[in-house]
Order: sequence, then structure tokens, then C-alpha cells
Amino acid sequence: MARVFLPQQLRHLTGGAAQLHVMVDDFRGLMAELDRCFPGFRAAIERDFALVIDGDIINDPLLETIPTDSEIHFLHRLGGG
Amino acid sequence: MSEAIREVGDFRQIGTRPIRPDGLDKVTGRANFGADFSLPGMLHGRFLRSPHAHARIRSIDIAAALAVPGVKAIVTGKDFPDVAPGDIEGGEGGGDYHDMAVNVMARDKVLYHGHAVAAVAATSVRAAEEAVRLIEVEYEALPVVLDIDSAMAPDAPLLHEHLYTEGLPEKPARPSNVAQVMESTRGDIEAGFAEADVIIERTYYTPTVHQGYIEPHACLARWGQDEQSTVWCSTQGSFDVRSMTARVLDMSISRLKVIPTEIGGGFGGKTTVYLEPVAIMLSRLSGRPVKLVMTREEVFRASGPASASKIKLRIGAKKDGTLTAMHAWMAYEAGAFKGSPMVPGVMCVFAPYGVPAFKAEGYDVLVNKPKVAAYRAPGAPQALFATESAMDELARVLNMDPIELRLKNAVREGSQASYGPKFNAIGMVACLEAAREHPNYKRPLGPNQGRGVAVGFWFNVGMQSSAEIHINEDGTATVIEGNPDIGGSRASMALMAAEELGIPYQDVRVLVADTEAAGFTNVTGGSRVTFATGMAVIEAARDIISQLKARAAALWNVDVEMVDWVDGKVVARPGVNVEAEPLTLADIAGQSAKTGGPLLGRASLNARGAGPSFAVNLCDVEVDPDTGKVEVLSYTAIQDAGKAIHPSYVEGQMQGGAVQGIGWALNEEYIFSAEGIMENAGFLDYRIPVASDLPMIDTQIIEIANPGHPYGVRGVGETPIVAPLAAVANAVNAATGLQMTELPMSPPRILAALEAAKS
Repeated sequence: MARVFLPQQLRHLTGGAAQLHVMVDDFRGLMAELDRCFPGFRAAIERDFALVIDGDIINDPLLETIPTDSEIHFLHRLGGG
Repeated sequence: MSEAIREVGDFRQIGTRPIRPDGLDKVTGRANFGADFSLPGMLHGRFLRSPHAHARIRSIDIAAALAVPGVKAIVTGKDFPDVAPGDIEGGEGGGDYHDMAVNVMARDKVLYHGHAVAAVAATSVRAAEEAVRLIEVEYEALPVVLDIDSAMAPDAPLLHEHLYTEGLPEKPARPSNVAQVMESTRGDIEAGFAEADVIIERTYYTPTVHQGYIEPHACLARWGQDEQSTVWCSTQGSFDVRSMTARVLDMSISRLKVIPTEIGGGFGGKTTVYLEPVAIMLSRLSGRPVKLVMTREEVFRASGPASASKIKLRIGAKKDGTLTAMHAWMAYEAGAFKGSPMVPGVMCVFAPYGVPAFKAEGYDVLVNKPKVAAYRAPGAPQALFATESAMDELARVLNMDPIELRLKNAVREGSQASYGPKFNAIGMVACLEAAREHPNYKRPLGPNQGRGVAVGFWFNVGMQSSAEIHINEDGTATVIEGNPDIGGSRASMALMAAEELGIPYQDVRVLVADTEAAGFTNVTGGSRVTFATGMAVIEAARDIISQLKARAAALWNVDVEMVDWVDGKVVARPGVNVEAEPLTLADIAGQSAKTGGPLLGRASLNARGAGPSFAVNLCDVEVDPDTGKVEVLSYTAIQDAGKAIHPSYVEGQMQGGAVQGIGWALNEEYIFSAEGIMENAGFLDYRIPVASDLPMIDTQIIEIANPGHPYGVRGVGETPIVAPLAAVANAVNAATGLQMTELPMSPPRILAALEAAKS
């Protein structure tokens, strides 16, 4: 199961939950599961956040697979100067 | 300059130092920058800008201005369409299209001194200036807020009556100048501070500063009768100019072609639009091409500087130097519209260190100053100025070597970054070890001299890039890509293409193409070009190589599986009976008509695998106790670049970032009157370092390969500006025995601090 760390800025949607384990195959499944558990989560994520899978930051993760036992984070999308 | 090569790839050309192809044109003045373009019938544009930092516009009368001979068009806010709110992709901390449109041309209010109120196009500069003078505007002056404390006060005058703080669990009851709050925590900080033997607690301030690019903003626009517009402009991102301008003018991007000119510096400040929508609107009204060029004064008053900041920092440590807890309260000025780089500041303030408990809280604060823009590693210099100043003070209190203190707490591969994920291979420890062993760290110091150490960090990003490679019939190559070349990227792209294709660097030409000739490519910024566009170039070259193998197999009349690409040639695999010499790129290109036509490789990607970059800087200064003047005696920048494609241009980035950071630390600041008028809007009074102020900046490249790039590239453009603020400040404090926490450490401020210490 993937270990998902939930961003602090969205914990008002998660009832304060900071992390959870999910059994999903891909990003679409991850979003569906998180949105089912925490309504509104998907919209908030898609607006501002990038996905991080085992340290690899992915700005547009729609087609990503989620490896078993991976570590998942959400980070604010970054640009630069 | 030396190089500590940690990992060496099997490269033939990567890592060499050929002359950049654009170099001669740029040093001889032959290169064409934004203001160098003209068209027949072209008009000259000028702006009317607000004399108030905050005021309501009651009326604008342009009748007298329109009567000036030679005036062909005048635009004000009411000539522009309403633009719906919408997030701007790729910015730092957020930006909004509606705000951008209102920043380009004020509507009902002006929000900073210099805010554009109207623009004129005329047959001569003189006529345009005369018309600007005759535009009559009636203002209702409003109270101004110019700093974080007054903007956050409960009774502060509001810049935007409908702005409510985002990032709170519920929408607040009242509007505010605080556009966004953010918090990042881990562990129990109260327990961490209770466990500490030593606690350092200070408040740090950085001023509003400008990127200081030498070339002012400039553009030429032509509105065609077929409603097809063309813009020539100095920008870090032609596709961004296209999308932003189209959005501000409510036009289709298919109607707009943006041609990037050569660019005289950007550093993040040329990732937005100020002139282009106005130039197109004036061209549409007049039916003639219009050129707009900012003066230096306009660049200061009306383009985007870097945020001023106020950071309250508290760090706790055990006697042996082990960090137990860190807490940062971080406020960043956004200027007149939301979107400071507070978010990356919060994300990186503790990034260099492993600490069991921390809390970082950030505030995006609006003030009556120009809307801030990105500036190399947006938000990080301010954040790390606080952290690295406090770390230095902690080392002094604990009587520890400052590098040993940092090594004790440094993140390394596998560490959980304070901003979330685990680090892959990183160079923090390697940079610290290189600094510890560097001769500049061991040199004895004299009276009134001090040494500072500081760490820098930036995330680096990937984003979207495209590249095409066209093979000419003689086997030379043309690379077509869409990133304006600021720091030598043509040379880096050529090196990567040459490396893959097995041809000399001199046989590759790189074209920075316009928005109709290059595939979509994100901005030149985020330290992403050599990483991401380089990745696209490598993939495009590999596309060519697969075609070369197929073409050679066809010439030899064998299956493609029977040939291979070795050392820049197609060869038959062992055991394959081909009675022919290996074929070079030129051999195959010369016969391309026989095997299917021209050779063209291409790639487009949304790059992932960006690797963060760490740096350690050493600075020696001498402070004149009578004048407060600081002389930088030596400066050493050490940085993990991943694989350095062209080491000279990596070193150039490190040196340039160090110089800009030294200026930020010692002299640069916007000085405002109580009414919000910038009083030093020129390089005579806004003091950036010049060559005679500085020693040669020594550099040492550390090459910890980034596993996310085929050549190990990390990207190097932003990290270099992060460490210098604290490195210089720590050196000044060491030289004087003071504990100053406010930048710039200019002679008057140092003298005042020395006097205060005496009394």
C-alpha cells in the first residue's frame, strides 16, 4: 500500500488527518479515493499542488501510476525566477 | 577555479568549454535586443503613470492630448476588456490574470506610485511625451500602507476591498491585506524547545530590491488588418507572453505571434507582461506598429521587484549542536496584488537541515508598492538569510566551527526534507566538506576583518519543453528550441546535441525560435533550461539516431536490429556480414533522399526528475569602523550543479548570483517617502555592485549527478543567490562583533549600529 502524506493546508478537509495508507494503482485512483474520503480534496489538489512519488516531483500527474509501497506527498507547484 | 568531480560520465564533449555562439554578437553590440527593432510607420509609445501610491481615479480627460499633432492613439483602462480571475501557471506563490490585467493598466484605482494610467502612441517621442503631459486625471488620494506591520494591522487601509485571506479553514469575516497564509509543521516544537540547551531568537528584515537586469523592458507590436498580431520583445518566455497578453486582451493565442529578441538579463523579472498588451492595443487603435521601451526609472517604479520580508526565527539546539526545534514566522510583501513568493519561502526555510520539530508560518502581504516578480530562487534568499544568520549565531554561542555545526545537522540522501519528500542524491554534505577544506576557509584574518559562511538551496523544476533537430545534407545540425538564451543555453544545447550525435560542437547551430516555429516551451527560469530543454534536445537527438540506424540498415539492405550506434557511427553488429565501413551522420545525411527524405528529430516532454541543488558560500570582509564601508576581500561559491554541461557557464551563474546577493546584502534597497514614492529610482542612487567593488568570485563546482536526468544535470541558475545574503551578513557581524539582522548592511546602518554598541 502507498503511504500518502496529506498537505497541511488541506487538513481542514481531512479532519486533521496527516497521512494514510491507500491501495491504488494510479493517480486517478488516488484522487478518487481521497475525494471519497475527504470531499473537495481533488479540486483543491488539482488547483495548486504537484504530486511527489518517492521524491520525484510531478507537476501534472494525471497519467502517473502509483507503485506499491511508494511514498506520496503533495507539494505546492513551483516555478522559479 | 577548480572542479571536484564526484561522478564522471563517459562524455566526449560534455564538460568542455567552447565559446558560446551568441558571444561575439553580444560583446560587439551586433546582437538585437528588445529596443533594437523598428518597422516602417512605427509609432513611439509613452505612459502616463500614477503620481499617487494609492488613489481612486475619478476621471480621465484625454481630449487635449489627442489634439497634439502626431498623436495617433491613446488608451486608458476603459479600453481594455474585463478579465476574469484565474491562476497564472508557473508563478511563485500565485498570481492572477485579473490582477495582471489591472497591473498592466489601472482601472478604478491606482495601487502604487508609477501604476500605468494611460498610454499614448505618436509619430515622435516628443509628441507622445507632450500628450502624456496633457492628459488630465482627477484622483482621490487614499491612505497608503508601505510595510508589513502597517499592512497587517487590524485597522489598516485596504488595497482591495474584496480580498479575503486564503489558506484559513473558513473564509474570514472581513477583508484584509493578507492574501494568503500557510503553515508547515512537523513534530512537537514546544517539546523540542524544552529539550534545547540554547535558543536563538531574532527578527530579520530584508528590503525591496530589484533584479537589476541591464536591459529595460522593451517591445514592438504590430496589429495586422487580418487581426494577426506580432510582438518582438525581451522576455524569459515567449509562450508566456503569448498566453498572458492574449488573456489580458481577450484574444485567441492563435492570433498572436511572439518573437523573442536577445535578452539583456531577466533573473525572473521578465516572466510577466507590462508593455505587450498596451502596445498591441495602441497598434490596433492606430493601425500602425508601436514600440514601447521603459526608461530605467520606469523599470524601478513599475516593474516587479523582489519582496521585502520580515522573518521572526527561533531555533533550539543541544550543547553539542544538534538542532531540536525551529520556528519561523515569515511575512513577504507582495506589492499591490497578491502573490509574493511566501510559499517557496516557507517550503525552503529549513530545507538544509534535519530537525525533529519545526513550524513555519507564512503570510502574503499586500502593500502599496509595485507587484513583486520572481527573482532567482524566489523567496529563498530572504528565508535562508534568517536561517543561516541564526545558525551562525548559534555556532558562536556554542563555540563551534560554523561548518561543523551545519555538517552535524545537514540533510543527505534519504533525509526527509522539511517540505515533505525524502531527498534523493544531493550535495549538501559534499559542499560543506569542500568548503571546510577550501584554502579560503583557512586564510588568517586581520583587524576589522571577518568571515561568514552560509548555505543555499533551491528545489529546481522541470516543466514543459520541446526541441527539434534538423540534419543538414552535410551532416551538420540545427537545433530549434524556444527558450531565450540568457546564460549560455545555446552552447549547452549544442554540446548535448553534439555529444549524442557524435559530431563536433561547431557543427551544431541552435536557433531560439518564435511561438510559431518552436514547440511549446515554458519559461527560461526555475533553473530548468539545461535540465528540461536539454532533456528534450537529448531525446530529439536520440530520435535522429534511431532514424540513422534505420537509414543505414536500408543502405546496407539488412534488418535494423543488425546495426548499432557506436561512437557517432552506425556499425554492423558483431557477426553481421556487411562489407561496408561504418557510416557517420554525414555519410547518411548525404544520402537521405535515397532513404526516405530529410532527417528531422523531435521531442516534447513535461520533464520530471528535477534535482535540488545546495551551495555553500564563504565570504571575507573588512569593515572600516570610521565609515561603515564594507570591502569584500574574498568570496567563494561552492555548489552542487549535478553534471556541469559547460562549466564556464555554471561558474558564470555562480558568480552572477554571488554578485547580486552581495549587492542585496550590502547596498541595494528601495527607499520610499512616507507617501510611497520611490526616492532612488536610478542606478546612481540604487547601488548595485560594479566590478571595481568586488574581488574575483572564486567557484568550485561539485558534481553529484542527478539521477533524474540522462546526463545528471541539476540546474544551477537560482541557488547561487540564496547563500550570499547571510554569508556577507555573517562576515560583517564577525568583523564588527555586532549582531545585525537587517539588510542592507550599508555604511549608515553599520555606523549607527557601531555607535549604538559603543553607547
